[in-house]
Amino acid sequence: MLAPVTSAASWLYAAAFDLFERPMLMLQKMTGAQRIAWVFLLPNLLIFSLFTFLPIILNFFYATTGSDRILLQDRPFVGMANFASLLRCADYLNPNSCERDIFWRAVYNTGWFVVLQVGFMVAFSLLTALVLNRNIPFRGFFRSVFFYPVLLSPVVVALIWKWILQRYGVLNAALEGYGLPVVNWLVEGDWAFFWIVFVSIWAHMGFYTLILLAGLQAIPADVYEAAEMDGASKWRVFSRITMPLLMPTMVVVLVLSLIRAVQAFDEIFVLTGGGPGSATLLILQFIYETGFAFRPQLFGLAAAASLLMAAVLFALTLLQLRATRKSAEG
Amino acid sequence: MRKASLLGGIAFAGIVAASAASAAELRFACYQDGTECDAWAEAIKDFEAENEGTTVVVDVVPYKSIVESLPLQLAGGEGPDLARVTDLGGLAQYMLDITPYVADANYLEENFGRTLAWTRVNGEDDKGIYAIMDQQTATGPFVNKTLFDQAEVEMPGEGATYEDWAAAARQVAEKTQVPYPMAMDRTGHRYAGPAISYGAKYFNEDGKPITVDDGFRAFSEQFVAWNEDGTMAKEVWAGAGGATYQDAAAEFTNGSLVMYISGSWQIGRFGRDIGDAFDWVAVPAPCGPGGCTGIPGGAAVAGFKHTSSPEEVGKLLDFMAREDVQARVLAKTKNIPAHQGLQQSGIEYENATEQEQAALKVFSSALADFSPVAFEFQGYKHNRAIMNATVTRITQAIVGESTLDEALERIDADVAEALEQAQ
Amino acid sequence: MFSFLTRTRGRGRFDLTDWLTWIYLFAAIFLMFGPVAWVALSSFKTEAALQEYPPRLLPLAPVTTTVEGHEEPLQLYRVTGGEHEGRVLAQIRRIGLMAQMVDPENPDERLQVSINDRQPVREFALATENYSRLFQRFNFMLYFWNSVFITVVATIITVLFNSMAAFALSKYRFRGRTVVFILIIATLMIPPTINLIPIYMVVSQLGLVNSPWGVIWPAVATPTGVFLLRQYMLTIPDDLLDAARMDHASEWRVYWKIVLPLSAPALAVLVILSVMWRWNEFLWPLIVLNRQEEFTLQLALNSFQGELQTAWSSLLAMTMLTLLPITIVFAFLQKYVTQGIAQTGVK
Repeated sequence: MLAPVTSAASWLYAAAFDLFERPMLMLQKMTGAQRIAWVFLLPNLLIFSLFTFLPIILNFFYATTGSDRILLQDRPFVGMANFASLLRCADYLNPNSCERDIFWRAVYNTGWFVVLQVGFMVAFSLLTALVLNRNIPFRGFFRSVFFYPVLLSPVVVALIWKWILQRYGVLNAALEGYGLPVVNWLVEGDWAFFWIVFVSIWAHMGFYTLILLAGLQAIPADVYEAAEMDGASKWRVFSRITMPLLMPTMVVVLVLSLIRAVQAFDEIFVLTGGGPGSATLLILQFIYETGFAFRPQLFGLAAAASLLMAAVLFALTLLQLRATRKSAEG
Repeated sequence: MRKASLLGGIAFAGIVAASAASAAELRFACYQDGTECDAWAEAIKDFEAENEGTTVVVDVVPYKSIVESLPLQLAGGEGPDLARVTDLGGLAQYMLDITPYVADANYLEENFGRTLAWTRVNGEDDKGIYAIMDQQTATGPFVNKTLFDQAEVEMPGEGATYEDWAAAARQVAEKTQVPYPMAMDRTGHRYAGPAISYGAKYFNEDGKPITVDDGFRAFSEQFVAWNEDGTMAKEVWAGAGGATYQDAAAEFTNGSLVMYISGSWQIGRFGRDIGDAFDWVAVPAPCGPGGCTGIPGGAAVAGFKHTSSPEEVGKLLDFMAREDVQARVLAKTKNIPAHQGLQQSGIEYENATEQEQAALKVFSSALADFSPVAFEFQGYKHNRAIMNATVTRITQAIVGESTLDEALERIDADVAEALEQAQ
Repeated sequence: MFSFLTRTRGRGRFDLTDWLTWIYLFAAIFLMFGPVAWVALSSFKTEAALQEYPPRLLPLAPVTTTVEGHEEPLQLYRVTGGEHEGRVLAQIRRIGLMAQMVDPENPDERLQVSINDRQPVREFALATENYSRLFQRFNFMLYFWNSVFITVVATIITVLFNSMAAFALSKYRFRGRTVVFILIIATLMIPPTINLIPIYMVVSQLGLVNSPWGVIWPAVATPTGVFLLRQYMLTIPDDLLDAARMDHASEWRVYWKIVLPLSAPALAVLVILSVMWRWNEFLWPLIVLNRQEEFTLQLALNSFQGELQTAWSSLLAMTMLTLLPITIVFAFLQKYVTQGIAQTGVK
C-alpha cells in the first residue's frame, strides 16, 4: 500500500534537487564555498526575524506603553511602570502582599509545576523505558500504547480528562462503586494541582520514553555480560553501568521536557481554567488573560510579563546548554 | 491539485482585495448558542431576493473568535462587514452609524431605543444607530418544581427574598436527597442581579463605577457563606479560575439542582434536554432590600466603519430590525424580543412546549421591571472590567486564597486600574 | 502461546520482575487507552444520558412503543413498586408526581403510578445524531482539506528551512555563526503564545489575515527544529562531506544528497512534531482565520461553541472527530513513527 507513496516521494525528492541545483550553483559561484552558509541560513532567518524577532521587539514597545489601545502609535509612553507594577511586593513569599498577587501566584505555581512535572515525567519515562527494554513480546505494540496520547491535541487531552474527573464523572462513579469516598477532583486545590501534573505526564510521557528506550538499546550487550560474569547485583548493574551510559540521553530528555513544561498552557487552561481560585493558574494563562481575554485588554502588562518570563527562560537555557556541554564532554 | 492551491495561496491576498472592491458581497461573522445564525442565514435569503446584487455570507465562528480575534482585526481596520457581538460598549468605537441608510429612523428609535443606548458611548448627543439586538436576555432563576412537590415544600411566592428561597431550596434538597440546593453561573453578569437586589448601586451619581458598597458587600458575604455551607453548588464558582465561564445547566438538567440562577437563553435547551423528566419553571427574581431584579443582556448585530459597502450594511440591518423579520427569527431561536412592539404583542414560538412558553413569558415580563441600575450596569462601556474583577476575586474568597475583605479591596483596585488604562 | 508470552530475558523462568512487568504493561493499556475509549463511548450517548450518574458503560436509549389510540410512540417503563409492581407499562403523560400509564396489551385501561416507582426500559442504541448534527451543519471535507493543506505545506517548509539552517550552522565556519545560533537558542523556550499580538500585527501588515499562509509562515521557523537537526548533523563526520567536495560536488549536492539522507531519523522526528503541532493548533488559526471557507477542522468543530452553553454531547463528538484522523494515520505508520523517534535518541 505504501509503495506508490514512497516512489512518488522519491521522485519529488529528485525533482526538487534538480529544481534548485542551478540557482544554488550560481549563488555558490558568487559567494564562494564558505559564505554560501548564509544562503542556506537565509530563508529560516528571514521568517524567524519577521515572526519571532520582530514581535519580541514590538513587545518591548508594548511593555513600555500603557492604555488599552492596540495600535502602537495610539499608546502613551509609561516607561518602566508596567514592570514595576509586576515586581512591587511587600513580601515576595506572600503573593497577597503583592500589587499583582495573581502574577506571583502564577510564578509560584509555574515553578512547582515545572519541578514536579519534569521530575515525575523523567522518572516514569525511565521506568517505562526499562520495562520496554526487557525481552517482551509485542514490544512494538506497547511502545505505541505509551506513545498514542502524545499525538492528541492539548484541548482534546483536557476535554477527555475533564469528562472523567467531573464531580459526576466516571472516576467518582467507580470510587463510589467500591465504597470509597468521592472527591471533587477539580475543586480541591491540591487535587487539581495533582491532576494537572498527572494529565500532562500522561500526555507527553510516551515521547520521552521512546528517546530513553533508544538510549538503553544503544548500550552494547557485552557490557552487561561482563558485569554478569563478575556476579554484580541487578541494582549495581543499573547504577554503575546503565545510568552513566544513559546520561547523555537523559540530558536531551531533560532539556526537551523542561521546554514543554514551561510552555504548558492549553491543556491546563481547558482542564481547570486555572482554578480553583488560582491554584493551577500558570504564567502563560496570566499573560493570555490580561492581554487577551479580559476587558479592557492590558497589553502593556501582558507584554512586560512575557518579557520577564523570556528573560528568565533565556538564562535557564544558557545554564542548560552549559550543563549539556559539560556532560557531553565528561 | 496541490500546485494549484499553492499558487492560489500565494495569490490569495490579491484576490481578497479584488473581491472586497466589487462591493456586492457582505461578510457577516456570527456566533451562536442555539440556532441564531441558522435562523439568520435563512431570513437573509429574503433580503438577498429583495436587494438584487447584494450577497451576504454568514460565517459561523466560535464565540471565542468574536471575543479575541474581532477586536484585533477591527483595530487593524480589517474584519467582517457585520458581526454578532455582545461587548456592545467596547466595540462601539468601530461601529457604523447606519442612520443615513435606514428607511425610518424613528421606527428603530421607538422599538429598539432601550438597547440602542448601550452602543451610544460618545456622550449625550450621540443619536447614532449602531447595532440591532436580536437576542435580548434576562437573568433569573429556574426551579425544579417536581422536587418541591416531592418534598412537599411550598414554593416561595412573589416578593420572597433570597433568604426565603435559600431556606426553601435547602429544605427541598435535604428531603429529596438532592446534592445542590442552589447554583449560579460563574460570571460577574449573573452576580450583579442579586447584588443590586441587595442594594448595590455600582455607580455614583456621575455614572462613575463604585462597585463595592454596602449592598455589594452584603450580598458577597451571603454568597461566600452559601458556598461554604453548601447552599450554593461550590464547584461552579470554585471549580474554575480566572474569569472562565462555567454554568450549572447539566446539574439542573439531571435533576440534582433545586434552583438555578441563570437566564432566558437556557429555556430552549431545558425544553429539549429535560423533556418530560420533571417540571421546571422560571420564577421572578427573588427580592432583597434593593429590589427584585435580574440583569438584561443580549447579543446584537452591528456593522463596522471600515466596510466598503456601508449602504448595503445599513440596509441589511434595517431589514433585520423589521418587525416581521424579528418575529420570524425569534420564533425559531426561542429568545425574548428586544423589539418593543413585539414585547407587547408577544411572539408565537415555533414548537415551544407549555413549560417553555410559560418561562419565556416570565422572563419577558420580568425584564420590564428590572431596576434602572441593572440597565445602567449593562449599558456601561467598561462593565466587563467589573465582571472580571468580581468573578476572579470572589472566587479567591470562596476557596480561601484571600479573605473577603481583601477580595473586595482588590475588586475596587482592579476596576480602578482597568478604567485608568481604558481612558 | 503461553511459552511465547513468558519469553523472558535469557532464561525461561517467569519470576517476580516478569509479573511486575506484565502488570505494569496491562495497567498502561488501561490508563492510556481507557480514557479515550470512555470518551468514544460517551460520544454516542444522548445529552440526557450523559447527565446520568452513575454513568452506564454503554450508550442506552429509552424504548418506545406504539399503543393503539395514541399517535405518538410512548415510552416504556418497568414498574418497581406499588400496586402494579413488575409490569412493563407505557407512559401516556406525567402529571406532577403521578404518571398516567397504560398496558400496551390492554390499551383501554389507564393506570396511575407514582414517578418514584418506575424505571425506564432501555436498550443499547448509538446516539449518532451527535455526529450527524455536526456533519449536517458543515462541509467536513472542505475543513479537512484546509487542515491537511496547512499541515502538509507547513511541514514541508519547516523541514526544508530548518534543515538548511541546521546544515549551515553545523557544517560551516563563518563569522556570526555563534551569534545566529545563540539568537535561535534564546527563543527556544519562549512560547509563541506570549507574542500573539505583535505577530498578528506583522501578519496583518503582510496582508496574510484570512489566508492559510497566515497560519503557515509564522509557524515554519521553529527553533526546536533547528536545534534538533543541528545537534544531529554535528554527529555526521565532516570527512564524508569533504570527500564529496573533492569529487566537485556543489554545496547544494552535498546538502541534498549526503547530509539530508544521513539525517533521516532526525528529520522524521521533526516531521512528526510538525504534523502534530500544525494539526492540533487552535489559538493562532482562531485569530488569523475568520472566514468559514478558510477554517481548519479544529476551528470548524469549535464554531458551535457559543457564549453561554456547553453541551457535552457535541463537545465529545467533536473531540472524537479531531482525534480520529491522527489516530488512523498513527495506526498505519506507528512502526515508522516510533522507530524514527527511537533512532534520533541514539547518539
